Amino acid sequence: MREHLPALQIVVPLLAAPVCVLLRGARPAWVLALSVTWAAALMSWDLLARVLAAGAPISYHVGGWAPPYGIELRVDAVNAFVLVIVTAISAVVMTAAPRSLEQEMPRERHYLFYAAYLLCMTGLLGMTITGDAFNVFVFLEISSLSSYALISMGRTRRALTSAYQYLVLGTLGGTFILLGIGLLYMATGSLNMANLYEILHERGEANRTVEAALAFIVLGTSIKLAVFPLHIWLPNAYTFAPAVVTAFLAATATKVAYYVLVRFVFGVFGVGFAFGQMHLDAVLMPLALIAMFVASTVAIFQRDVKRMLAYSSVAQIGYMVLGLSFASVTGLTGGIVHLFNHALMKSGLFLALAAVVLRAGSTHLDDLRGIGRRMPLTMGAFVLGGLSLIGVPLTAGFVSKWYLVLAALEGGLWPVAVMILLSSLLAVVYVWRVVEVAYFQDPPEGATKLERAPLGLLLPTWVLVGATVYFGVFTDQTAAVAARAARLLMGVAP
Amino acid sequence: MSAGHYQYWIVIVLMMTGIYVVIAKGNMVKKVIGLNVFQVSVIMFYVSMGKVEGGTAPIVAEGYEVYSNPVPHVLMLTAIVVGVATTALALSFVVRIKEAYGTIEEDEIRAVERAADEEAEAEEAAQAGAEAAG
Amino acid sequence: MSPAGALGLCVLLPLIGVIPIALFGQRRRNLREAASLVTAISSFALVAGVVLPAVNAGGRPRLSLVDVLPGLELAFEVEPLGMLFALVASCLWIVTTIYSIGYMRAHHEEHQTRFYVCFAVAIAGAIGVAFAANVFTLFVFYEAITLSTYPLVTHHGTPEAKRAGRVYIGILMGTSIAFLLLALVWTHFAAGTTEFTPGGILAGKVSEARLPWLLALYVFGAAKAAVMPFHRWLPAAMVAPTPVSALLHAVAVVKAGVFTVMKVLVYVFGTDLLATTGASDWLCWVAAATVLIASCVAITKDNLKARLAYSTISQLSYIVLGAALATRTAVLGGSLHIAMHAFGKITLFFCAGAILVGAHKQDVSEMDGLGRRMPLTYLAFLVGSLSVIGLPPLGGSWSKWYLALGAAEAGQKVMLAVLMVSSLLSIGYLMPVVGRGFFAPSADEGSAGGVREAPLLCVLPPVFTALGCIVLFFCSEGLVEMLSGIGRP
Repeated sequence: MREHLPALQIVVPLLAAPVCVLLRGARPAWVLALSVTWAAALMSWDLLARVLAAGAPISYHVGGWAPPYGIELRVDAVNAFVLVIVTAISAVVMTAAPRSLEQEMPRERHYLFYAAYLLCMTGLLGMTITGDAFNVFVFLEISSLSSYALISMGRTRRALTSAYQYLVLGTLGGTFILLGIGLLYMATGSLNMANLYEILHERGEANRTVEAALAFIVLGTSIKLAVFPLHIWLPNAYTFAPAVVTAFLAATATKVAYYVLVRFVFGVFGVGFAFGQMHLDAVLMPLALIAMFVASTVAIFQRDVKRMLAYSSVAQIGYMVLGLSFASVTGLTGGIVHLFNHALMKSGLFLALAAVVLRAGSTHLDDLRGIGRRMPLTMGAFVLGGLSLIGVPLTAGFVSKWYLVLAALEGGLWPVAVMILLSSLLAVVYVWRVVEVAYFQDPPEGATKLERAPLGLLLPTWVLVGATVYFGVFTDQTAAVAARAARLLMGVAP
Repeated sequence: MSAGHYQYWIVIVLMMTGIYVVIAKGNMVKKVIGLNVFQVSVIMFYVSMGKVEGGTAPIVAEGYEVYSNPVPHVLMLTAIVVGVATTALALSFVVRIKEAYGTIEEDEIRAVERAADEEAEAEEAAQAGAEAAG
Repeated sequence: MSPAGALGLCVLLPLIGVIPIALFGQRRRNLREAASLVTAISSFALVAGVVLPAVNAGGRPRLSLVDVLPGLELAFEVEPLGMLFALVASCLWIVTTIYSIGYMRAHHEEHQTRFYVCFAVAIAGAIGVAFAANVFTLFVFYEAITLSTYPLVTHHGTPEAKRAGRVYIGILMGTSIAFLLLALVWTHFAAGTTEFTPGGILAGKVSEARLPWLLALYVFGAAKAAVMPFHRWLPAAMVAPTPVSALLHAVAVVKAGVFTVMKVLVYVFGTDLLATTGASDWLCWVAAATVLIASCVAITKDNLKARLAYSTISQLSYIVLGAALATRTAVLGGSLHIAMHAFGKITLFFCAGAILVGAHKQDVSEMDGLGRRMPLTYLAFLVGSLSVIGLPPLGGSWSKWYLALGAAEAGQKVMLAVLMVSSLLSIGYLMPVVGRGFFAPSADEGSAGGVREAPLLCVLPPVFTALGCIVLFFCSEGLVEMLSGIGRP
C-alpha cells in the first residue's frame, strides 16, 4: 500500500468527488470530503518524511510503465513540500467550510461544492506530484475547471462574471503551457521532465524551438500565477467567490502555479539556459518589483477588505517571483519558503474574513466599523495575520523577507533590498487601515451585538494564524526544507 | 520560410485569430468561439507534429515500416476533451450570466455594474449624512 | 535559580502577569492593580537580586532560546549596559504603576485593563531589549515595544489619538523596517553573525567607506532614540495619558532607542573601530544639532507636556553624542545619563500629570502661582529640573560631567561647548515653570476651591523619584564601577 502512496494521493480525492455528488446530503458529503482531505494531508506528510530521510526522489511508475514512455510520479523535496502545504490548507479550510457555506449557498447545493473542491484538490495535487510534462497540463485543466466552478458559486451575480473572466484568461494560460510542452516534445521527443532535463543539457546551446518553449511555458504559468500584469483575473475572482473558496484558492492555486514555474525553469530548462541564455531574470525581476509596489499601493485604496487582500496577494506573489529571479540558492529558498508562509497567512486571513461575513454580512470597510470590539477573537486573528504580512519578526512573513533581502545583498543588488523593505511599509499602511476601522471607529447606527464566530470557523482560523507564528520561530521544518529544495533545483549539492 | 512550413503558418494564423477574437469581441459567446479557435490551433500544431514523411497511420500492419507518431494524437485526444469541457463550462456561465444580467455583452454588463456601484455609493453617502445629522 | 534562567524569567514574568491582570479586569480592579504591583515588584526583585550580583561579579550570564534561522538566534546575554537598562526599567515600572493607579482612577479613565496589560507587555519588551544577546533578538523586542505601546498611545480613542497613533507607528515601524532591518541583514551578511561582542564584530568586514552608512541605518532605524529628523513621533505621542508619557519618556520606549544606539556602537561597531575610522563623526554633529534645536523648540512650547517632550529629544541626543564620541569616558557618561535622565524626566512627567489631575491645567502660562498650592509637586519638579539641567547635588550632574570629560578626551571642543550651551537652554525652559509656580501671582487668587495637591498616589511617586535623583548623586560610585565594564568582556 505504501509504495502506491504517490498514486493514491491523486486517486483518493479523484474518486471521492463523484461519490460526493451521489451523496446528496450536505453533512455526509462534508464528512467524506473532510476525511479525504485529512487523509491526503497524512499521505503527503508521509511522502515528505520519506523523501527527506531518503535524500533521493521517490519515483512511481503509473501502471508499471517505465518512463519516458510511461507517466512517472516523482516526489522530491520540492514538490513534497508543496504537497504538504496544499493538503494541509485544504484540510483545515474544509474543516471550516460548512459553517461558512451556510451563508453563501442553499444547503441542497453544498454537496456540489464539496465535489468541486475535491476535484480542484485532485488537480492541484496531480500538478505537483507528476513528473510528466503533459500530465501537468491535464491536471492543470482539472484544477482550473473546478476552480472556475467553485468561484461561480458566490452569492452575487458578479461571481459569474469573475468566474467567466478567470476562465477565459486561465484557458489562454493553460493553452500556452500546452503549446510550450508541444514545442519541447518536438525538440526532444520526450515528455518526462527529468528526461527532458538530461536531453536538453546534453545538447549544449539550445535552439530556437526550446527558446520558444520556455517563453510559452513561462507566459502560460505567469497567467495562472497572476504575475503582474497578467493578474487582472485575480482581484475579481477572490473578491466575489465564496469566502471559503477564496481561502482555499488563495493558498493553493497560485502556489502550485509557482511550483510549476519553478520546476520548469530550474528542473527542465535549467539555470544556465533560462538565466544565462534567455535572461529570464531581466524579465521577471522588474515585473516582480512592480507587482510588489503597484499592487500594494492599489490595496491601500480598496474599500473592500477581500479585494484589499486580493491585491495584497498579487504583491506577495511578486515577492515569490522575485526570489525566483535571483537564480541563487538563497533567493529560491526565499521564494519557496514564502510559498509556504504566504499560503498560511492568506488562508488564515481569508478564513477570518469568512467569519466576519458570516456574522456581519459584509467585508466592506464601512460595514466593519468597530468590529474589533464586537468580534475580538476573529479580528485578533486578523491582526496577527496582518503582522505576518508586514513581516514582523517571529512571524512567518519575516522569514521570507529575511531570505529575500539576504539574496539581494548576496547578488550585490542593493536597490532591490531597499525596495523589498520599502514595499513592506506599504503593507503596514493597508493592514493598519483595517485596524483603525475595526478598533477606532464606532459601530454603525443600530448595529446589533454580534455573536462570536462559530467555533468550527474560529478554530481553523486560529490554527492557521498560530501556524504563522509557530513557523516564524521554529523554521527548521520550513526554511530548512525550502533550502534543500532550492539546492536541489539549482543543482548544488545538498 | 519554405513551403514545408505551411502548417506552422496555419497554426499561427489560427492562434492569432483566436486571441484576437477573445480580446476584441465583447460578446461572451464570441469569446468562447475565439478560445476554441485558439485551442484548435494548438491541437493542429501537435497533430501536424506527429506526421512523419512517408509514414502511414500508426496501426501496426503488414508491409508497412514507417508509421506516423501516435503520441501527439493521443495527447490531443485529452486536449480536445479539455477543450470541450471548458467550452461547456463557459457556455453554462454565459447562460447564467444572461439570466442574471439580461445581456451577454461585456460592455453592457460593465455599465450595469458601474450603475449598481454608483447607486450603492450614493446610498452610503446618504446614510452617512443621515447618521451625521441624526 | 541560575542567573541564566533568571534572564528568561525576567522577560517572562511581566507576560505571565498579564494573565491575572486581564482576568481580574475592571470588575475586580483592586485585585488587578495588586497583580500589576506584585508583578512589577517581583520583576525588580529578580533583576536586582539575581541578575545584578552575577553581573557585578564579572559574569555574563547567557540564555540561548531558539535558532530561528541559521545564524539568527533568539538569545539573552547580560552585560553592564543591559543591566543598567533593565534595572531602570523594572524599578521605574513599580513607581509608574503606583502613579497610574492614582492617575487613572482620579481621571476616571476608560479601558484601564487594556492599559495595564499593554504596560506589562511593553516592560517585557524593554527587558527583552536590555538582555538581548544579538541584534536580531534586540530587533524582535524592539518591534514588540512598538506594537505594545501603540494601544497605549491611542488610549483615548479620539480622532487626535488615532492621528497621533498613525504618526507613532508610521515613523517607528517605518524606520525599523526600512533602516534597522536592512542594517540587521547587512550586518549578518558582512559579519556572519549579529552577536554583541566586546570590541565589535565589524572590524575588517565592512569597508571604511561604508561604515558611516551602516551606522546611519542603525541610528535612524532606532527612531525611538528620536534623533532628528525622525523625532516627530515623540511630540505626537503626548496625546496619551500622562502615565503613558512617563513610560514612553523615561522607562521604556525612548530608553530602548538610545540603548539600541549605544549597544550597537559599542558591541557591534566597537568603540576603537569608531575612534580609528571616525565613522561616527557625522553622528556627533547630528546629535549636537538635535540637542540644540530641540532645546530651542522646548523654550517656545507653552504646553507643559510638549515642552517636556522636546526636552527629552534634546536629552536623548546627549546619550547618542556620548556614544558617537567613541571614547570610554563618553560612553560611560552617555550610559549613566540613561539612568539619570530616566529618574529626572519621570519626575517631571509625574508632576505634569499631577498638575493636570489636581489643577486641570496643561499650559505653563496658566500655571502661575500654582506652586504655592501644590508645594510637594513643585518641589519635586524643581529637583527633577535641576537633575535634567545637570546641577549638583543631583544625579544628572555626574552624567554631564563624564560626557564633558569624554568630549574633552576626544578633542571635540565644539561638543563641549554644545553641552554647556544646552545646559543654559534647559535652564531656560525648565526654571520658568518653577519660578512662575512659586513666585508669580496667580490668575485666580480668590477662587481657592478646586486646586489642591493632587491625590496621594500621584504625589508620592514624583517625590520618590526626586529623592532618587538625589540618592543617585551620592551613590553613583557603584553605578560608575559597573558601567566601566562596558565594552570589556
